[in-house]
Amino acid sequence: MRIGIDVGGTNTDAALLGDDDRVLAAAKSPTTPDITSGVTAAVRALDPPVESITAVMIGTTHFLNALIEGARLAPVAAVRLGLPATAALPPMTDWPDRQRAAVGGHGYLCHGGREFDGRVLSPLDPDELKRTAADIAARGIGSVAVSSVFSPVAEDDERRAAEILRGELGDGVHFSLSHELGRIGLLARENATIINAALRDLATVIVESFGKALAEVSITAPFFLSQNDGTLMDVDFARTYPVATFASGPTNSMRGAAFLSGLGDCAVVDVGGTTADVGILAGGFPREAAGESEAAGIRTNFRIPDVLSLGIGGGSLVSPDGETGPRSVGYRLTEEALVFGGTTLTATDLAVAAGRADVGDAARVAHLDAGFVARALDRIADRLAESVDRMRTSAAPLPVVAVGGGSILVPESLPGFDNVRRPGNFGVANAVGAAIAQVGGEVDRVFHIPEGRRDAVLAEARDEAVGRAEDAGARRGTVHVVDIEEVPLAYLPGGATRIRVKAVGALDLHRIGTQQHGATAHA
Amino acid sequence: MREINLDNLDDIACGAGILGTGGGGDPYIGKLLAREAIRKHGPVRVVDIDEVAPDATVVPVSGMGAPTVLLERVPNGGEELAALRALEKHIGRPATHIAPIEVGGVNSMLPIACAAEAGLPIVDGDAMGRAFPEAQMVLPGLIGVTNSPMALADDKGNTIIVEAVDNHAAERIARAVCVELGCQISCADTVMRGDQLADGLVPSTLTLAERLGAAVREARAAHSDPVAAARAMLAGVHLLTGKVVDVSRRTEGGFARGRARVEGIAGEAGQVLELHFQNEHLLATRDGVTVATTPDLICVLDSESGDPVTTEGLRYGLRVSVLAARCDPRWTSPGGLALAGPRYFGYDVDYLPFGS
Repeated sequence: MRIGIDVGGTNTDAALLGDDDRVLAAAKSPTTPDITSGVTAAVRALDPPVESITAVMIGTTHFLNALIEGARLAPVAAVRLGLPATAALPPMTDWPDRQRAAVGGHGYLCHGGREFDGRVLSPLDPDELKRTAADIAARGIGSVAVSSVFSPVAEDDERRAAEILRGELGDGVHFSLSHELGRIGLLARENATIINAALRDLATVIVESFGKALAEVSITAPFFLSQNDGTLMDVDFARTYPVATFASGPTNSMRGAAFLSGLGDCAVVDVGGTTADVGILAGGFPREAAGESEAAGIRTNFRIPDVLSLGIGGGSLVSPDGETGPRSVGYRLTEEALVFGGTTLTATDLAVAAGRADVGDAARVAHLDAGFVARALDRIADRLAESVDRMRTSAAPLPVVAVGGGSILVPESLPGFDNVRRPGNFGVANAVGAAIAQVGGEVDRVFHIPEGRRDAVLAEARDEAVGRAEDAGARRGTVHVVDIEEVPLAYLPGGATRIRVKAVGALDLHRIGTQQHGATAHA
Repeated sequence: MREINLDNLDDIACGAGILGTGGGGDPYIGKLLAREAIRKHGPVRVVDIDEVAPDATVVPVSGMGAPTVLLERVPNGGEELAALRALEKHIGRPATHIAPIEVGGVNSMLPIACAAEAGLPIVDGDAMGRAFPEAQMVLPGLIGVTNSPMALADDKGNTIIVEAVDNHAAERIARAVCVELGCQISCADTVMRGDQLADGLVPSTLTLAERLGAAVREARAAHSDPVAAARAMLAGVHLLTGKVVDVSRRTEGGFARGRARVEGIAGEAGQVLELHFQNEHLLATRDGVTVATTPDLICVLDSESGDPVTTEGLRYGLRVSVLAARCDPRWTSPGGLALAGPRYFGYDVDYLPFGS
């Protein structure tokens, strides 16, 4: 049996899944500032047979929230290897002021890096790195982000530079290396690396909190965190690469919606307390946003699901003219909504007044004009339908799956979409999505494709991705390639082509029992 | 816009992306470079073509290479100025004005950075009015201005002067040098006198790029249709709004060639548009019938945001709107079509006059 947990900003959701993948129990509990007590409360509510639990999968938005708030971030030394190239745009050039100030804004430009084909751009300069280390030490910075030009093609410089810096700074300093975190596109990859470095201390605290919470409820099974792409990482990996959890929230909700509804191809409307997030599933995986993405206003280049957010949730304020949102009472719903004895008219009150939901005290909304309630709910339905329509990519009929605690706002059919489903356990779809997360492996680099050898090179890249997924703990035979992208480097001869292959497979629960640290995964 | 300051850059970059017709590289890095240069050296003065003295020495500067490399091996920042100085030394006189050679894509931004660094004004106009892949594909070539001498500079301090026998040879030599220097270099070439600008440049294209970007931004803010705003600004025609259902790419002779199929949605369901590209979109066909060709502009925009979609960024499932816009009329002369018509790019069709 497995437990999936989603630690959101407001609620901590939990689900218990049997070995046959059926949902045996589900629970919700308020998220607490210490995290631990919210997690233990949610798990206790499941009342699981603790000896039978083989793994716990946790999704968390904690690290992204820390970045948005600019709080609890550690000072970072961003060391870039690329001189004389790249000097025009030093590290953190394109960051918002708040986040740059939060990590200290310490950038260092050093020699090193490669050309597109792996040739040396400029040799590493150990003395220069030692001088850099001396400055880092003098500033008392404990986390270093190293990024090197074309490290996705050749990672050696990042490794060697980290060794030299570590030799000067000692083992107490964390290192984040860009080739392990991002793709081609130096600034975006470097940004992800700096963010990761800034979150390393917090990651240790959070992971310990999770461990402590599980120990308190006597669960000894290994636990994993879910990543942006719906795959898992183990505890060591999570401590080292917290940034890889950033978009796991919407991914888990959508994967959970697919699982609970049995639909691999559908639109998902995930309604929480403040927003409704609309995404599209293809083959059980979320469609990814094209190109680079932003996290707290910072360009990064890890892939994230393509999600359209609109300000409609269970806690949204309803104005006298019947418009809902974007302002919300958020986590104060159970104090401020009319049905809970409060004085604020919220979307949840509309749902209760219309008889769609049975929460709180329906008598407290009996006075609402039925016509007003119907019009306001119709307006919500129109806006949700419009968002689904904007996200879909063909006129073909598309089933819609509604999940999340606020999905009581979604009617049985939306304008233009007859087939709306709210599966059982819809309120904890994100926790279920965490519980069914898989293990992935990925390849992304520039390959040279000699004339007539394209198929062979592609096959080589596929095998490598599958191998990486298996190394990461996927069960042999379950791994399949879910995405291939092939982009020739334009304007140039030579057959240089950037190939990206992603493979995923089921977590091998037998192997995690025999491995000391459980599975590891690749960012 | 009489000067370019920090506030203008986003709009110019967005408009330049649309004028890039799928190629020319994402202006993002270029925008950051221009921003840093303006922060350091102050705003860039913009002059109209007819404000430039007849004996002025106008030097177009640009970057050459792979956009992917630009995104990874970010410039040193001194390359454009190094190319400019090398060229000035070679021709024996200083530049009085900088000009963009190409308004489409990242090459709209690099001359702005260079002008800021050099403390020179920039000419509001460019030699293409869009983006094209090869160095000889410029209007000054039609009036006998050669692209040699061409100064090339990399980020390590290497500079090369090319004196080629013709514009095509200069392109081939520069391309080979570019690969050797790591696939991203800066160029200063196609030197013009002030009195050649009216015949050699497409006027007011920096202003057009800025207005185009502003139109998209304002439409988005007003929740109206950014694609329609762009189309109106370009006096363009709508070809199709739909979903990308297939993209195939191959590398041929150093260029990424390929095709993409766009299937119509909503009111246009059932229609299929095929885009043929070689870095830029060069041909659009509907049910096998040609509906737009190079040198006219074929622009692919994200249907929701109005953001330009590059040929590298085309992927299955994207919702796009495809527009066509008229090129500068000089491109449709026999000489212009020989440089950049569909047959030059290997397509077995003739130029389809715009709007026919």
